Amino acid sequence: MSAQVEVQTFSFDSISQEAVAKAVALYPPGKQMSAVKALLDIAQRQMARLTGVAWVPQAAMDAIARHLGVAPIRVYENATFYTMFNTKPVGKYHLQVCTTTPCWLRGSDDIVNACRSATGIASFGQTSEDGLFTLTEVECLGACVNAPILQINDDYYEDLDAVRIEKLLDGLKTGGALPPAGSTIGRQTSAPIANQTTLLPANGQAE
Amino acid sequence: MCLVEIEKMPPRPQVACGMPVSDGMVVHTDTEMVRKGRRGVMEFLLINHPLDCPICDQGGECDLQDEAVSYGRDYSRYDEAKRAVAQPDWGPLVKATMTRCIHCTRCVRFTAEVAGVAELGATFRGESTQIGTYVQKALSSELSGNIIDLCPVGALTSKPYAFTARPWELRKTDSIDVLDAVGANIRVDARGAEVLRILPRINDEVNEEWLGDKSRFSVDGLKRRRLDRPWLRENGKLRPASWDEVFEVITARMKSVAPGRLGAIAGDQCDVESLLALKQFFTALGSPNIDCRQDGAVFDSSCRSFYLFNSTIAGIDEADALLIIGSNPRHEAPVLNARIRKRWLAGGFTAGLIGMPNQLTYPVEQVGAGSGAIKALLEGTAPFANILAAAKKPVIILGAGMLARPDGAAIHSAAWQLALKYNMLNAEWHGFNVLHHAAARVGALDIGFVPGEAGKATVQMLSGGVDVLWLQAADELDIAAIGKETFVIYQGHHGDAGAARADVILPGCAYTEKDGTYVNTEGRVQYSAMAVKPPGDAREDWRIIRALSAYMGYALPYDTLSELRAHLAVLYPIFSVENGFHRFAGTSITAPAGDMTAMDDAPLTAVFPNYYQTDSISRASPTMAACIAAHVPAAAEAAE
Amino acid sequence: MLNDSDRIYKNLYGQLDWRLQGARARGDWDGTAAILARGRDAIIEEVKASGMRGRGGAGFPTGMKWSFMPKESDGRPHYLVVNADESEPGTCKDRDIMRHEPQKLIEGSLIAGFAMGAHTGFIYIRGEYYNEAQRLQLAIDEAYAAGLLGKNASGSGWDFDLILHRGAGAYICGEESALLESLEGKKGMPRMKPPFPAAMGLYGCPTTVNNVETIAGVPTILRRGAAWFSALGRPKNSGTKIFCISGHVNNPCNVEEEMGVPLKDLIEKHAGGVRGGWDNLQAIIPGGASMPILNKEMCDTQLMDFDSLAAVKSGMGSGAIIVMDKSTDVVKAIWRLSKFFKHESCGQCTPCREGTGWMMRMMDRVVQGKAALADIHLLEQMTTQVAGHTICAFGEAASWPIQGMMRAFRPQVEARATDYRPLQPVAQAAE
Repeated sequence: MSAQVEVQTFSFDSISQEAVAKAVALYPPGKQMSAVKALLDIAQRQMARLTGVAWVPQAAMDAIARHLGVAPIRVYENATFYTMFNTKPVGKYHLQVCTTTPCWLRGSDDIVNACRSATGIASFGQTSEDGLFTLTEVECLGACVNAPILQINDDYYEDLDAVRIEKLLDGLKTGGALPPAGSTIGRQTSAPIANQTTLLPANGQAE
Repeated sequence: MCLVEIEKMPPRPQVACGMPVSDGMVVHTDTEMVRKGRRGVMEFLLINHPLDCPICDQGGECDLQDEAVSYGRDYSRYDEAKRAVAQPDWGPLVKATMTRCIHCTRCVRFTAEVAGVAELGATFRGESTQIGTYVQKALSSELSGNIIDLCPVGALTSKPYAFTARPWELRKTDSIDVLDAVGANIRVDARGAEVLRILPRINDEVNEEWLGDKSRFSVDGLKRRRLDRPWLRENGKLRPASWDEVFEVITARMKSVAPGRLGAIAGDQCDVESLLALKQFFTALGSPNIDCRQDGAVFDSSCRSFYLFNSTIAGIDEADALLIIGSNPRHEAPVLNARIRKRWLAGGFTAGLIGMPNQLTYPVEQVGAGSGAIKALLEGTAPFANILAAAKKPVIILGAGMLARPDGAAIHSAAWQLALKYNMLNAEWHGFNVLHHAAARVGALDIGFVPGEAGKATVQMLSGGVDVLWLQAADELDIAAIGKETFVIYQGHHGDAGAARADVILPGCAYTEKDGTYVNTEGRVQYSAMAVKPPGDAREDWRIIRALSAYMGYALPYDTLSELRAHLAVLYPIFSVENGFHRFAGTSITAPAGDMTAMDDAPLTAVFPNYYQTDSISRASPTMAACIAAHVPAAAEAAE
Repeated sequence: MLNDSDRIYKNLYGQLDWRLQGARARGDWDGTAAILARGRDAIIEEVKASGMRGRGGAGFPTGMKWSFMPKESDGRPHYLVVNADESEPGTCKDRDIMRHEPQKLIEGSLIAGFAMGAHTGFIYIRGEYYNEAQRLQLAIDEAYAAGLLGKNASGSGWDFDLILHRGAGAYICGEESALLESLEGKKGMPRMKPPFPAAMGLYGCPTTVNNVETIAGVPTILRRGAAWFSALGRPKNSGTKIFCISGHVNNPCNVEEEMGVPLKDLIEKHAGGVRGGWDNLQAIIPGGASMPILNKEMCDTQLMDFDSLAAVKSGMGSGAIIVMDKSTDVVKAIWRLSKFFKHESCGQCTPCREGTGWMMRMMDRVVQGKAALADIHLLEQMTTQVAGHTICAFGEAASWPIQGMMRAFRPQVEARATDYRPLQPVAQAAE
């Protein structure tokens, strides 16, 4: 994605404008700055929708600053403080591997290696040559009992291992769509994979 | 580093700067816990701070060094790699070496809160936090230099002053700034014969602790284009001359014309002493043609409150509504502008503007562009009238530039009538303010440096109105309008417009080279002090006039500065008590003369096309020239 | 073991219908108006009597926290803010509540909001929970459509709006004042206290911040009574709690159990035991990343509640149990947490901003066998220089894992010491 040029202008399209108006209206009058994260997110999604690359160019931050009536630097601060805003372009699929201790204990190193070999990405923060993937190391995603986890764009893929991750990425490389989010071993969310002890159907709980 | 121990609080060090004081609180500032806490913070501050004090301009006046003496270790326990960041470019004034930054965010807060130009921020987070502009840009605030003072370490230093001197080499002289009419209190730091830098001194009544960039960074103009010897024009060309020669030429010339054909115009940075001497010299010569208003303003200055900033600068803190007429305080008095912003931030304050819209650092209601808006307010028809009427302590700020318009006297009178109408003039409050930008103006008006009976004002002295024209460091007049045959004597410090036209040049002193008296826009009498000797053959201005008066046989009645000042105090009692400053009550029943109906409706344009170069010193300053290159047209950020 | 009938979250695993209809079938929104009709004071008293302590980590008594809100508004609105920024490594309980039992959270928000005089509530959900936020928003929309929120919410006569606010990736926003800053559109940097949020919180107005699990538990407490709740668990540590059991267990899972349940029981019964058997256990972090680690001896008898864990200088935190078997490099596991804290420090206070990086780098050297014994002592000392010297508890959070490791695994850590010397001489002039 190194060929990506800085976007000179940015304006919210009609889909985004509706979302922006809705987001700003949630907060009391004069407190529209509360919507800054929402607006950054909307801008990032618009970039993904229109260019296939989810990121927030500086022009978008400036547009947000104008919209909210604040100095641009206040938007830059937000965009760089929070990790979910990409101030540089990323691939079509943003692979966010959690490597924090609970995932690490369950083999996140394998996941990282599998992501690397499947995409050809050498190290975190880089984008694959085909522009499809960016590999990012993220901190705890908050789904630890389903570790290890890989977040691709908005979706969590849980209970992963190297084989399943390679299969998943191969599917994406050959133009396949993202599979449904969630456990990749068919597990019922955060329930034990076997020997469930509580909330059993026998107790009249499950359907 | 402000950790303290507070009794009856959890047994951990508390942050003093963020802890509200409460009744009966017992605070310990030096206990084992406090010392341990501060030592810890110190160590953390230092681990990523470079060991580059020998090449750091902050060395010797660095808060971090000082604190390290108290709480630092004599060796480092940090064996990991140190952090280093790229050096950004913040424009011609502030040199940012962000590897030294300790992330105190004072600069961020100053630019956002005081300067009102939010360009700095802390981007990223944690260890990677970076103080900066995020996108490459020059700081556009007129107060940007203050972040150099605020920075506790060497992250922000003065770019023009880089690697110039160590603080212990400097001779420090308390003085007064004359690059605008606020009269900011300054400290002039000099080494040998050279002024190296100028810093603000705290005076809460005037400049608080701030100083405008022009006042701070024009110092390199003090050693360029200087007039360091007398000059004489011969065959159309100036040549160096001796004092005797020039005195002789002047005497011959002045004695050869009728007194009524002699004239004197005073510049914007003259001290009261030299103006008194010049006035008395011309009185002795028999000429009534003197004027301190080189911009050509003619208005009623018969009463002091007609031309002062009567509410006082500190009084802005009390005001609850403000009407600016034809002024851009951000350019004409940036420090005062910061005060207005401070008042606005405190809430319950509305500002309106008659004139051309400009980027002020607080919201202003645009009342109108021309004098029509003044009329509308006088008639109560403009919406802003309601705000003024409802205000308890409203003020008007009338830009001095408006008085220089052909209809200046009319605007002057109309503004006063506005003040009357909206209850700005009463026993408790005087809300009629003239904002001058010439440091010499109020003092000159105070001693009546205006045309005497049947005397000629500036405009009449030009175009051949006099045969001999004495320019007392006056450069901001229409030099081209001086009559071709007029013999021009220029006394001043810089080879600027006036000197270029002069037939004789008398080298005087810049404000850092003499003990002078200045009266700021609010009528406060303040004293500058000699920080360095004037260059070459230049002499203190009043002494030159005193010497010439003796040469011509009209010796003025004082030989020393103290005699002159005593004389001044006798003639004009406001100069008699140092800082005998008080605020006027607005109960004067007289109003300035001036025919209000004579106002024309041309837009009330503020006087300065730019902030950075407005006088002979700043025009000689390469730093100010760099600012012009970087900022004009000024990309001013809207107030946050 | 807790009976299913005593579990608050009957749909913890999402086996049942999460939508409003399904939630109502499980008893949510049953007689909410009548609960509100008891009045503010009665509700607060009931919550106090239940002994509910904040489920976010600090364990502050919930009823008491609510009672700090001004009784009468001075003109400023009051706000309820629900902390759904679940970011403590090991913790994933609120996620299940929001995606499987959202109506419990919504109903609890109304009740809590009413009890503190708030007409507006915000739920601050971590940004990564995109799908969870979508679902929660749907649930909120359903509640509005059914008249359970908005004007005269649930027929109670109380107006209550609930707004979902998404974060964008910052652990520190789980700290309540940082969360409020973030909600105001600033960087999530903790505020100094006092003033406390109850006096000056969101937009400078009285605000109470509660964890998702705290709020979601309230409706059940008020329906079944404080006596029911306080009878569960142990004195001062009453009720039930969702535990998240992750790491080296056979069946990692979330499970709602009684407070004070033995740690071993939790793991053996619900999580299928430690991988390779209980004797293969090496260490457990009992309350999320910031809580000090326990070694096996400590785990054998440990009870899981606030006070029992505080007694061994650890803490229950968010109830996240991270299990490590004997194959684990404990030092590396803690190093990874140090890296986490270094990454998540907001950078406001010097000890945390600089200290977390220093600690992480020293831990890195210990892991790599490039640390001398003196370095390990220095590391330990460093933690005391950070902890207690910051505005928020992040300094403690970053220090405790290392301190805990030093307490529980000192011999193992010291065994890593080498006679390593850095390249440059240690003793220099000042930095």
